[in-house]
Amino acid sequence: MTCYFVIVGHNDNPLFELDVKETGKLDDKRQMAQFVAHASLDLVDEAKFLKSVDRFNELSVAGFVTASHMRFILVYDGPKAQENMKNFFMDMYDAFVKALLNPFYVPNTPIASSNFRKKAQVIAKKYL
Amino acid sequence: VNMSKQSVPARSQELRRVSGELFSLTYGALVAQLVKDYESDDEINKQLDKMGYNIGIRLVEDYLSRSGQNRCHDLKEAAEVLTKGGFKMFLGVVPTVANWSSKGDEFSLVLDQNPLVDFVELPEDHPNLLYSNIICGVIRGALEMVQLEVEVAFIQDTLKGDDASEIRVKFIKKLEDAVPAGDD
Repeated sequence: MTCYFVIVGHNDNPLFELDVKETGKLDDKRQMAQFVAHASLDLVDEAKFLKSVDRFNELSVAGFVTASHMRFILVYDGPKAQENMKNFFMDMYDAFVKALLNPFYVPNTPIASSNFRKKAQVIAKKYL
Repeated sequence: VNMSKQSVPARSQELRRVSGELFSLTYGALVAQLVKDYESDDEINKQLDKMGYNIGIRLVEDYLSRSGQNRCHDLKEAAEVLTKGGFKMFLGVVPTVANWSSKGDEFSLVLDQNPLVDFVELPEDHPNLLYSNIICGVIRGALEMVQLEVEVAFIQDTLKGDDASEIRVKFIKKLEDAVPAGDD
């Protein structure tokens, strides 16, 4: 099962990427996931809060736009409960805001904090 | 004199209503700016200490006027007042006084919580930055105004991975300069 999560900034620049995979051999799936995520950016912008935004072969895309116009995109295959999706995005948003409060983090730049990455992995495990 | 004492409680209530988050964010912005302006971590640490000193020399008057604290008789008493009085009033946390030297001229302030560092992570390219160094300056300035010359420095820092933050205060000498009239 592939899941690929990306946070996209104002200039369509990826600020954070996370692969959540259960099986091992996913390099080409990952690239496919990245491609799909980029392709769906426009649709995500329309989505406002949270919507399952797109479908591509067996991959679905769920999007979430934050108040500051950061896009959270999740590419996944297989069925996923809406409730889980929502909680996932909310927890991610929470962790994201905390990372943002670090005075040394410049908004719209890649998030290098290992703390945030760890948190993201925990959240992903929890809901995906 | 009585009237001024009565208005004091109202003021200290007001102070507590300033958002802790705003305070941490403001301080964070200050440090981030210093990091941009200065090259070396040492230089930044020095600036923070200097700023703290300027705050401390003024803050101590504020503290004394609100608490009605009398002159301390020795360093131990000063340490108690510093933590249970000063730190509590302005930062809302009471550090533990510990690790007294055998001569009784040095002690540590151990901070489990430090309101300045909420959400802060030190950037990788500034490993020697003493983020909360302003506190050392404040202590130094405040104690100097009450005739105690001290050296103050961080020896442990949670931002660097230690369990708690620890500030070492070392008594240098009593300042025998003229004390402003009316002080006791």
